[in-house]
Amino acid sequence: MNKKIMELKTVEVWDGNMANSQAFRQADVDVVAAYPITPSTATVENYAMFHANGYIDGEVMMTESEHAAMSACVGAGAAGGRVATATSSQGLALMIEVLYQASGMRIPVVLCLVNRALAAPLNVNGDHSDLYLTRDSGWISIDAFNPQEAYDMTLMSFKISEHPAVRLPVISNQDGFMTSHTAQNVTPLPDEVACNFVGEYLQVNALLNFDKPVTHGVQTEQDWHFEHKAKQHAALMGSKKVILETFAQFKELTGREYKLVETYNMENADIAIVCLGTTYETAMVAIEELKAEGINAGVVAPRVFRPFPLEEMAEALQGVKAIACMDRSAPGGTVGTLFNEISGALINTPNRPLVSNLIYGLGGRDMTVAVLKNIYRTLDKEAKEGKLAGKIQRFVGVRGPELSFYDVQGVQK
Amino acid sequence: MSKPISEMGWDELVPGAALYTFDGNIDYNIAEIQPEDRKYSETSSKSMSVGDWRVIKPVWNSETCIDCQNCWIFCPDTSIIARNKEMKGVDYEHCKGCGLCVSVCPTNPKSLLMFNEFVTVEEALSQWPVKQKKGE
Repeated sequence: MNKKIMELKTVEVWDGNMANSQAFRQADVDVVAAYPITPSTATVENYAMFHANGYIDGEVMMTESEHAAMSACVGAGAAGGRVATATSSQGLALMIEVLYQASGMRIPVVLCLVNRALAAPLNVNGDHSDLYLTRDSGWISIDAFNPQEAYDMTLMSFKISEHPAVRLPVISNQDGFMTSHTAQNVTPLPDEVACNFVGEYLQVNALLNFDKPVTHGVQTEQDWHFEHKAKQHAALMGSKKVILETFAQFKELTGREYKLVETYNMENADIAIVCLGTTYETAMVAIEELKAEGINAGVVAPRVFRPFPLEEMAEALQGVKAIACMDRSAPGGTVGTLFNEISGALINTPNRPLVSNLIYGLGGRDMTVAVLKNIYRTLDKEAKEGKLAGKIQRFVGVRGPELSFYDVQGVQK
Repeated sequence: MSKPISEMGWDELVPGAALYTFDGNIDYNIAEIQPEDRKYSETSSKSMSVGDWRVIKPVWNSETCIDCQNCWIFCPDTSIIARNKEMKGVDYEHCKGCGLCVSVCPTNPKSLLMFNEFVTVEEALSQWPVKQKKGE
């Protein structure tokens, strides 16, 4: 634990970035190497302030780029230290090459990814383009919907990442500005309790252990590359068990319960949306207001995006007749990721609901309660009529003529 | 390791493809043991020939060498063999042919020169240049 304790109030008013910074501080990180980028800047800025004020025993490295920041994390992690960083958008894009190195080398790293749109055109606001860019990188990816959850997820990320059965890097996601810059009540743990929860860092094949010299980042060709990637995937899939254990331990400590798949009002829902990030909480409000109209709607969100909870997702959606998968990222020439994941989760199950794909909120375009209510009303109509009310993929909230793709009837001859 | 890596299934490999340099732990002073007596592991580069993409090689001339150790210090692949501060030769199993040893050699003529890979050491030594006088 850091020598200097910070006395926290029972309830603090923190934005998502401060929640990240405080979780870093309490986790007693050895090396934070970072390069600032909006909207994640304050995560590292606050942390550097703690360091300057004597609250951090570890190192803070200001690197020359995000590629260098993640490289420093991999190096320090291989050396045998607890490491973390934060980034967004273009910074993540520059890091991506090293993301694959970190997961392939099985180096625990915690990356606070404050989700933001990818240029061009340049945009600093929140969408999930960067989150989706990390999809196949082999990292565990967890999503927070508000500052309290950002604190909780970032703290738990260390414990999950460093578990000897996992040894994989973890991304703690939150929505840019909507979460990162929205100050809310956050109930933190006292320093000692948080530090004990995360636990001692367990070194594995540390470069600085001279009793057992080791090479990291080796070359493997066709004779054993496949086996290594298979082992890495098995560890990522197996991390689900450790994630659930960590969630359970955290609940015991705080009373706050997290699941692989978060649901609201799904017990009796006829229709549902599937989304990520802050849209989940907006949907909760829309769902309550729609009860007066006799619409029984629900919302489902993967708390853990990778490893994807395919079975839990299918189970959560067994009772509904129509689903809108809402992707907050430009789909790049196909349907959105959530549409693919949800369709894939349902295709082998008894329930075969109508599934549409809504592209929304790009570059920070607001997703309001009013718009969500309209989405639910359309879903309600679809469920009652037994057919989609338009094409499979529809852009929601974009100005101009209707923009939609992929006809259920197939190619129009 | 219990068996060669090429025969291991995915579940048997070391996570992250980390490779140990030596068999067992180093609970002794390794600096006191010559490289040929150290227990390098099967997966250490020391146990493999990794100089096979070299197209030009450094040849060492013991007649002019003054054992200054410059080449030994500068070689990026520890491919200069020296014992008790005396030059012994070049490790062609690990030398990549970068030529750094030649450029740092201070003697006149140089005691290390680059030759085509197919030139034998004897041929190379027979072509060795003579000492150059000042101003030449």
